[in-house]
Amino acid sequence: MSDSIKLNYQITDEDFTRAGEASGDVKKRLRQMGCSPEVIRKVAIAMYEGEINMVIHADGGEIDVEITPEEITMVLKDKGPGIPDIEKAMQAGYSTAPDNVRALGFGAGMGLPNMKKYSDEMHIDTVVGVGTTVTMKVYQQ
Amino acid sequence: MKVKEIPGNFPFKVLNSSESADEKEIGSVYCCDLLSIAMSRMSEEAAWVTVMSNLNTLAVASLTDVSCVILAEGVAVEDNMLSKAKEQGIALFSTELPVFEAASMIGKAIAK
Repeated sequence: MSDSIKLNYQITDEDFTRAGEASGDVKKRLRQMGCSPEVIRKVAIAMYEGEINMVIHADGGEIDVEITPEEITMVLKDKGPGIPDIEKAMQAGYSTAPDNVRALGFGAGMGLPNMKKYSDEMHIDTVVGVGTTVTMKVYQQ
Repeated sequence: MKVKEIPGNFPFKVLNSSESADEKEIGSVYCCDLLSIAMSRMSEEAAWVTVMSNLNTLAVASLTDVSCVILAEGVAVEDNMLSKAKEQGIALFSTELPVFEAASMIGKAIAK
């Protein structure tokens, strides 16, 4: 499709100093494209939480974003430890984040719940010891 | 009330200001230090009062389009945070006041 935009971001584990750059960039592009503020907010929050999760739990990873007039698809892929119990991980307040991360204001156990709340579709593929791929969609209409 | 009306009217020190941020309207006040909660609850145009002083605070402020960030309790601010605020044009203030008192002041001013 000609009016689809594909973006790729490498998320590195740099002590959280760069976390937010990828979601910030997507946000800026969506704004330039004239997307609705609600869609922009949903994408920005869902993707930032995903970015932070990748830094906390997987030492980074890769995010592919595709923007079409119908929807924004974010695929977040990491080679981290995987999620042993997705149901537990989805519970608000449940967190396995270490103390140093909590000191930065994260680790409230809201990452995955926020990603689910702010995306219209979310799918998690995870294999313990291999990695996790989270696919999120936000509809434009 | 606009962000530019903060200096001089509140006991807040200006750490960073920008022309675009100065013109932003303050529509509400929000207090929380946990970033995931703040991010999901803050409204656009909020004045965010927090003691969480790091680069992630600014990332959340930028993603949620809050009007300004007020760091309470005299928390230390590192240079990288100041340069990031400048780079992103985020209005950043600091105060020795506790979170509640700082937030109350803004709350009263915008309720007028």
